[in-house]
Amino acid sequence: MWKWLHPYAKAQTAYRLCNTLLPYFAVVAVASIIIGWVWGLGFAPADYQQKDSYRIIFIHVPSAILSMGAYSSMAIAAFIALVWQLRNAELAVIAIAPVGAAMTLIALITGAAWGKPMWGAWWVWDARLTSELILLFLYLGVISLYNAFEDKGSAGRASCILALVGAINLPIIHFSVEWWNTLHQGATITKFDGGAIDASMFWPLMVNILAFAAFVGTVVLMRLKNEILLREKHRPWVKGLITNQTQLENQNVGDKNAV
Amino acid sequence: MQFNSFSDFISMGGYGFYVWLSFGSCALILLGIFLDSKLSHQRTLNAVSKQLEREARIKKAKQESK
Repeated sequence: MWKWLHPYAKAQTAYRLCNTLLPYFAVVAVASIIIGWVWGLGFAPADYQQKDSYRIIFIHVPSAILSMGAYSSMAIAAFIALVWQLRNAELAVIAIAPVGAAMTLIALITGAAWGKPMWGAWWVWDARLTSELILLFLYLGVISLYNAFEDKGSAGRASCILALVGAINLPIIHFSVEWWNTLHQGATITKFDGGAIDASMFWPLMVNILAFAAFVGTVVLMRLKNEILLREKHRPWVKGLITNQTQLENQNVGDKNAV
Repeated sequence: MQFNSFSDFISMGGYGFYVWLSFGSCALILLGIFLDSKLSHQRTLNAVSKQLEREARIKKAKQESK
């Protein structure tokens, strides 16, 4: 039943799949970032309490969601890499980590810039903020652990173990606003009883979440391609790819010289 | 449109600094990670091709010295 999936364990097939998927992710990302930012900044109504400062929500919430979403995918990939020894999954872990770290950084910075006018402080050691900061350190740990080993096989395994163990932080982040009495407000959109957020703010927020998700997808695919090339450099298909590339470059140079 | 003029839009009801600080740093980080991934593709290709050339040279030299 799942046999059609097997060829994708091959690096070359995965590389080709990345190339096929990339343009779709990129188009969705660019289009929805433009729509989402214009809508959120210019057309969504101001909040009755927080006025225009609440517009930070349109990047704060998507980046925070994606920081945890990226970590979940990274942990799943790490699990697959450790259990079934799939090299592509290991490379996915390495491709996702920097992108997730960028998302976490955005969530922290936008949170600070929102906290200052609303709470009166850039930073407080609140459970939600602290656990999100730990998430950033986990991402950085995965990246630096991978770079610390010369042998990429054991580097990948070490990073995967850290990524998997760090997944315990995800439920802590999510439930921190319920378990502890935090300054950070509770969930807004994951509460399905309705009424927490008006449709005029909900839909631009959804567009922005889609935008960030598509952006993460685009950049992860780009990075995964690079990781596959690096790890597979001795395979004939990579050699072929590189000879093609240099031939193309030489052609370009030749054309320029002709003019 | 929620704002009457461009200066209204920039001032964001007095919260302009915080709103534009957030959106500005967000744009910078997104652009940064995108450019890094884009440029590292060419870097990867160059590094791999250089290493393969080097290995080929070493192999050739070994054969000649035999």
